[in-house]
Amino acid sequence: MADSNNANPTLTGSEILLATLAGEGITTVFGYPGGAILPVYDSLRKFPTIHHVLVRHEQSAAHMADGYARATGRVGVCMATSGPGATNLVTGLATAMMDSIPIVAITGQVSSKVLGTDAFQEIDITGITLPITKHNFLVTRAEQIATAVREAFQIARSGRPGPVLVDITKDAQQATAAFDFDAARPRPYRPHPMLRAESSSIQEAVTLIQQAKRPVILAGHGVVESGAETQVLALAEAHQIPIASTLLGLDAVPANHPLSLGLMGMHGESWVNHAIQQADLLLAFGMRFDDRVTGNLSKYSPNSKKIHVEIDPSEINKNVWVDVALIGDLKEVLSLLTPLLSAGNQPRGADGSEWLKQIRASKGNASVRDIINLPDNGHLYAAHVIHDIWHEAAAAGRLDQTIIVTDVGQHQMWEAQYFKHQAPRSLITSGGLGTMGFALPAAIGAKTACPEKDVWVIVGDGGFQMTAAELSTIVQEKLAINIAVINNGFLGMVRQWQEAIYDKNYSASPILSPDFVLLAAAHGIAGATVRKRADVIPHATLARTSGKPFLINFLVEKEDGVYPMIAPGSALHEMLRRPQHDPLLELPEDL
Amino acid sequence: MLHTFVALVQDRPGVLTRVASLFRRLNINIVSLTVGESERPDTSRMTIVCDAHENAAHRIRASLYKLETTISVDEVNRTEAVVRELCLIKVAAGPNQPHGLHSRSQIFELAQVFRARVVDLAPESIMLEMTGSASKIEGLLQVLGESGYSILEVSRTGRMAMRRGHHTSRVLQALGTRPTLNPSVFAEDPDALPSDQTLPNIFDE
Repeated sequence: MADSNNANPTLTGSEILLATLAGEGITTVFGYPGGAILPVYDSLRKFPTIHHVLVRHEQSAAHMADGYARATGRVGVCMATSGPGATNLVTGLATAMMDSIPIVAITGQVSSKVLGTDAFQEIDITGITLPITKHNFLVTRAEQIATAVREAFQIARSGRPGPVLVDITKDAQQATAAFDFDAARPRPYRPHPMLRAESSSIQEAVTLIQQAKRPVILAGHGVVESGAETQVLALAEAHQIPIASTLLGLDAVPANHPLSLGLMGMHGESWVNHAIQQADLLLAFGMRFDDRVTGNLSKYSPNSKKIHVEIDPSEINKNVWVDVALIGDLKEVLSLLTPLLSAGNQPRGADGSEWLKQIRASKGNASVRDIINLPDNGHLYAAHVIHDIWHEAAAAGRLDQTIIVTDVGQHQMWEAQYFKHQAPRSLITSGGLGTMGFALPAAIGAKTACPEKDVWVIVGDGGFQMTAAELSTIVQEKLAINIAVINNGFLGMVRQWQEAIYDKNYSASPILSPDFVLLAAAHGIAGATVRKRADVIPHATLARTSGKPFLINFLVEKEDGVYPMIAPGSALHEMLRRPQHDPLLELPEDL
Repeated sequence: MLHTFVALVQDRPGVLTRVASLFRRLNINIVSLTVGESERPDTSRMTIVCDAHENAAHRIRASLYKLETTISVDEVNRTEAVVRELCLIKVAAGPNQPHGLHSRSQIFELAQVFRARVVDLAPESIMLEMTGSASKIEGLLQVLGESGYSILEVSRTGRMAMRRGHHTSRVLQALGTRPTLNPSVFAEDPDALPSDQTLPNIFDE
């Protein structure tokens, strides 16, 4: 940046953009250059504090900014040119929107003089991204850039976070204007007028909690976003309330905590879903009763009162009708609620422990049938692979320093079931949109943000091929990312549904893959293929300690299923269990 | 059922799209939407009438407020607010019509009863202008139809709504309005609200 004694230096629009990003504390931008954003790329050399990561496809740039934001809680930034560059961001923006991830996307746009003329690489990206961004801006003048970008950051990270896109015309990037970072400060964050948990509602919540005999906390992504992990745990411990987690709330409480039940919903363990169905009080913290966690709504937890603590008022009574709604930031609401609970009222006594005993007793039967407890029968199961990767990290004492980034499908659910997360922001996964191809680029974002942490990509053979081009990015950026491909030769979750619902008509679910180890080798990435369970841990150690990217191609059982499973339309307790006589589980005769 | 929302929004390009797109995304049909300048600079006032489930109002209002371009949102019902609509009606009237030349004078009479004004007179048609509640406009259209006149064109602005001022409880009772603790709280600029002010529990409704 050109130093100037002048208080308000005159800069070009592209310099204003980068100076504003630097002022917002941004040190990494994931992007891909092109005609309409070239002025910005030309100015990058004047901003040595901003590192640009060149991606191989703009969708990955958005996923990387997303992974960066999920790993740190800070805003991630991605950049693309107009037209196809901008449209390629769409899936990444939608992924961030569905999971409330703060990212700012900068796109170049054709010159304002030709806006609306179908000029080369012109596309109405603010129109296209209207429903998949929290907000977006079209900036046509250099003077507006600093204000728009600063407002974008504030919108992205305030309230319920989300992606914001700033579309900047090329002439605005080239024109000059006075730059004053402080003067461009946006108006203070405007909380929703409904965003104040009302004292009478809090009192109702207190009464409900004190009267409850079988309460369950439902911990969602909001627990992590609000930074309320300790408060939730303190409340749970003080009143002995078990905690079930959504997929994105899985790392909100340590999995080995005695009150942590684990994943709820479609592939949640049976005792978790039974506990929710039998509960007399649900405390929904920063979650939105997605169809993947409720099953059939009309039969969802029929006998419980429900308290919903949520920052977004439009989520209240959307899917599940609640008895008490406390709208606001979870941490703030709990700071109001918890003192009232402890004042003069003893925690639930004998009844409380009775409820916990009941839940624990129901674990017994389920864990006997759990694939993880079966002896090594010569087959390699994805569940075993994930369990062993967890075990390896735990044994090395690296669990707090490990981030798992998963793709979407069976392996994602096995990860949620068998990797015991200990620390917040240790699981990065696309929950709401379920975007295949998310894992590898999101891991690049996470590793860039947290180079000191071990980052594992757990990805299926299908999803990996969607964004495998980013292997080049890993090498170019010298990122030591470990990649575990769970390779079963199928689009596994599709195959499982076809097995369960479509009479085993495996339509378009078998998928051919290249030799992933050779593919990695072509990028200069070391790798190995693993077929036996005994080889999992040694290879995981090798990958983790190599200090370089490492790919392990796990050839797992082809037709294994994720259980329990709730078929569409079924209630939460109507789970499909692993078949008692699963041929996969029988010991081979020669063993 | 019909819900009426009054929203103050920024007067900028694309704001209408954001509002309209919201209803499209929620798969809710907009019955009418009127926009115009408001008493504040760079701020438009919108009245949106939509047909949605009884329980949808809260979510629509919350979603409207989530738009960054929205300044405030208020949901009003008929008794709390004055609701008006402007309508232009072109009716066939002339020597070739069933009532012949009498038709004009009969239309004039009808217009007088409904407090509509004649704003254009052509050899074969009359244009009426009428302001009022939707039911009153529909009443005139109904009478015109039943009297055998053929209506050539109708143009309606859609409803505009404004919350009534602060009345005494007796007046409110006479109007059939349920007294609320603080009816205008959502209509006000949130920045202007004292921070200790608690809000009415909207979930009690």
